[in-house]
Amino acid sequence: MRIGREIKMQRLSSPQELEKYRQEILSQRNLNQTIVTVCGGTGCHAAGCHAVVDAFKKVLQESVKNNGISLRVTGCHGFCERGPLVVIHPKEIFYQRVKPEDVPSIFSETILKGNILEHLLYEHPVTGERILTEKDVPFYKKQMRIIFGNNGFIDPTKIEDYLAVGGYQALVKALFSMRPEEIIQEVKKANLRGRGGGGFPAGIKWESCRRAKGDIKYVICNADEGDPGAYMDRSLLEGNPHSVLEGMIIGAFAIGAKEGYVYVRHEYPLALTNIMMAIEQARGLGLLGKNILNSGFDFDVFISRGGGAFVGGESSALVASIAGDVAEPRAKHIHLVESGLWNRPTTLNNVETWANVPVIILKGGDWYSQIGTEGSKGTKIFSLVGKVNNTGLVEVPMGITLREIIYDIGGGIPEGKKFKAVQTGGPSGGCIPESLLDLPVDFDRLTEVGSMMGSGGMIVMDESTCMVDVAKYFMNFLKDESCGKCTSCREGTKRMHELLTEITEGRGKLEYLDLLEELGWVTAEASLCALGGTAPNPVLSTLRYFREEYEEHILHKRCPAKVCRSLLKYRILPEVCTMCGRCAKACPTDAITGKRKTKKEEGIPFRIDEEKCIKCGMCFESCKFNAIEVQ
Amino acid sequence: MISFTIDGQMVEGKKGQNVLEVALDAGFDIPHLCYNENVKPYGACRLCLVEVSRKGRSKLTTSCNYPVLEGIEVFTATDKVLRARKMVMELLLAMCPGSPLLQRMAKEMGLNEVRFKKEDKDCILCGLCARVCEEIVGAHAIQFAFRGDRREVVPPFQGEATNCIACGACVIVCPVNVIGMKEEGDERTITRWKRTLKMKQCKICGNYFAPWYQLEKIREKANLPKDFFDVCYTCRS
Amino acid sequence: MTHSEIDTIIERHGKKESAILAILQDIQTREKYLSKEALEYVGEKLRIPLTKLYRIATFFRAFSLMPRGRHEICVCMGTACHVRGAQRVLDQIQLELGIRPGETTKDLNFTLETVNCLGVCAAGPVVAIDGQYFGKMSPTKVEGTLKRFYENRKGDKDAKA
Repeated sequence: MRIGREIKMQRLSSPQELEKYRQEILSQRNLNQTIVTVCGGTGCHAAGCHAVVDAFKKVLQESVKNNGISLRVTGCHGFCERGPLVVIHPKEIFYQRVKPEDVPSIFSETILKGNILEHLLYEHPVTGERILTEKDVPFYKKQMRIIFGNNGFIDPTKIEDYLAVGGYQALVKALFSMRPEEIIQEVKKANLRGRGGGGFPAGIKWESCRRAKGDIKYVICNADEGDPGAYMDRSLLEGNPHSVLEGMIIGAFAIGAKEGYVYVRHEYPLALTNIMMAIEQARGLGLLGKNILNSGFDFDVFISRGGGAFVGGESSALVASIAGDVAEPRAKHIHLVESGLWNRPTTLNNVETWANVPVIILKGGDWYSQIGTEGSKGTKIFSLVGKVNNTGLVEVPMGITLREIIYDIGGGIPEGKKFKAVQTGGPSGGCIPESLLDLPVDFDRLTEVGSMMGSGGMIVMDESTCMVDVAKYFMNFLKDESCGKCTSCREGTKRMHELLTEITEGRGKLEYLDLLEELGWVTAEASLCALGGTAPNPVLSTLRYFREEYEEHILHKRCPAKVCRSLLKYRILPEVCTMCGRCAKACPTDAITGKRKTKKEEGIPFRIDEEKCIKCGMCFESCKFNAIEVQ
Repeated sequence: MISFTIDGQMVEGKKGQNVLEVALDAGFDIPHLCYNENVKPYGACRLCLVEVSRKGRSKLTTSCNYPVLEGIEVFTATDKVLRARKMVMELLLAMCPGSPLLQRMAKEMGLNEVRFKKEDKDCILCGLCARVCEEIVGAHAIQFAFRGDRREVVPPFQGEATNCIACGACVIVCPVNVIGMKEEGDERTITRWKRTLKMKQCKICGNYFAPWYQLEKIREKANLPKDFFDVCYTCRS
Repeated sequence: MTHSEIDTIIERHGKKESAILAILQDIQTREKYLSKEALEYVGEKLRIPLTKLYRIATFFRAFSLMPRGRHEICVCMGTACHVRGAQRVLDQIQLELGIRPGETTKDLNFTLETVNCLGVCAAGPVVAIDGQYFGKMSPTKVEGTLKRFYENRKGDKDAKA
């Protein structure tokens, strides 16, 4: 797949030439120059950042005073809740929720005169103080953005930006000052554990692969981020694709691989475009391909697209898919590092894992291992989403507590509602209740409480979330995504979903809870891959911490969170009803009757016919007077 | 030769063999449905589970695709194994409650009750038919399609299996006998794949011995003369 | 799709088995579905049995064996969106259009799909129409959003952001 015009680049044939090129780029950049950075991440995209970018382009084009001012569209800045985000350098003025209409005044006031537009600044939710710079915004304060931070300075379509922030220095160090075994040692010292969910020590994986028999080896980047609610890999690949590439080249050198593959999820077209562009640019500069920078090392990377299957993220299924077959896992008595893609030794790592490699090589494993806990070193990028005020992507050191993430960084629960649980680890993980909020985030600690780190999805739930419904949701996901090969997984997830549906629709029996646990057990024990192997976690963890909620559904046919529709009753409060008739208009089954109050007529309070009501909730949504009660 | 133990008993296997085949040869009774020695092991049914202890670590695994390795300890009937097998059988029986084979196997395992809503499927999704058609016959007439609980073995586009040569291999290999083959006059039908082919008549004995289409395919592939199959196998010998 | 168009796609990715997914994806993107004829031709050229191609086409959600509508509505059913009420948005769309996920409206204007996560979690519930994202969707916003695409008969390109 070709993108746009051919990129004419000067091939660099030595580390010295690379440094020279880097200095050239830096010399053309004035540190005092005004740069308007607009976040082009997917969250901001949905909030309409393109219109903001267009507005800036227009105003810069039309103004005679535009020299020395440049516009940079970057990858995700992380604070997705407040997009579109605009950061003005060099002062790092942080404007949030920017609309296209704000742009002319941003230009004329802030950029030209240095006047701050207060209403665009972030307002502290407690003190009301308006905060000027990005680093002082509470959302960013407790983060440690050693991997994700560069997104704000890089236009992902320009390799020069990556070079300007020091990119590919690690590669030079690895290729010219280190031996492969030393690189592996450094990664082992850092104790970098897989960021995709497995948490397996990358250094040990690389070592086994290096030692495996065979001249042809492969490295693979797993960008098939399938956990619903997780979009860290997407944002890394879209916003800083070179950091991932650089990690892969270093890893390939350490292992002895000459070819690499990036397996990108089908649902991420922008990530696909940006990584392809990055590869072409790297090739153009001679950072990929034959005899990289005259080091004698050949390595190139190819793209493989996922087909829309969650199980495609499972390592042996992914490998099958790259080879041109369905994404069906295979037995792993023989590990991928010995026999993987086309039966050759293969090292498969996640996007974020690869992105950590350059910083480990540059700053050393010892430095890296100072961050984090005993068992979990470094930082982790989480997608903090759901019922939380500051939704977005956060990068924190391992060992920070859930409470700090959700409250200090996340700003707590919106609308004053009560925290109920936080779900981590996606469909393989579990729900963690309030009593465990002071748990330090760490691979092993999360597993101990019945959840797991997973890829980094962190979904916050409040009192209006039904935990039985959450379990049912995950089971529905898993049964749809199961490849279907193993009886235990295919039938197990199906039957667990069936039982959960019975419970949420008011037909549950107490013995179903034991049956769910048994089904969970056999699905996990008897299935081939980790999809089946971890499938019961959402059910088992919600049963562990929220059993009363299940019992309420079964014994009293009640859904305390008012989510399970079959157990709800909608009722219009006659004393509050203003007889406006909106609800009747919104009702899809004509279940609401009454008479509108007009200037001439009295009106009759509206009533819902329970027989016709399908509990869609449209009346509740459309009532502006809170006259509808949900029981 | 590779030596290892099964339930404490010493056994030997050759490199490349799997635990199940060595166990079955040695007289151990491990239930299985999707395993057939003539095709590559697949590991779909999950009935042949055993516990394997290796280098101090023990895990539950299917025995049909676990390689024989020096010094491993295999256990075919621990509590864990029996419990897992029983539940897998329960899930299978809930899928295909009408299958006599499954009913018999369930009884042998002591499974008397199916606690799930019974469906009325007939195919157990072992894949033997597709695997035989692909690996041994090479007709590529049927294969797995779809995913999850929509998974099934069908001809492409679910119509008639137009590559099928009606050899009947799938009919024979199916453990639950749900494919079906019948011959009426000069026609042979493989019921499940809706494939009816006209049979060729022997020039000597006059019997309808094989489908035209099948014989033509074999003739082409093996580069045989045009009249090679004018006489049936019996008459030729 | 003509044979020569398929040939170009095959040329682009190579005649090897590992290219099969990329080839099918390109055909899907161009034609909006994989026709029986297209699959048969690809099978012939690459010497891959139709059984394998059919298996691949039905395994992955990216492929459709039926022609898709002019506008593709993708409702995100990721956990974050679910927790924020995605199910109700989906129900409302189903009510409006009279079709279920995987189906296409009779006038071939809309195809409704669900996806397990679009990766835009902060703006949930999210609905993507022809690649354009609509964040913070609610059942009351459905009618208005869909209306934009009823009137837009000029083609899909205009709907893209």
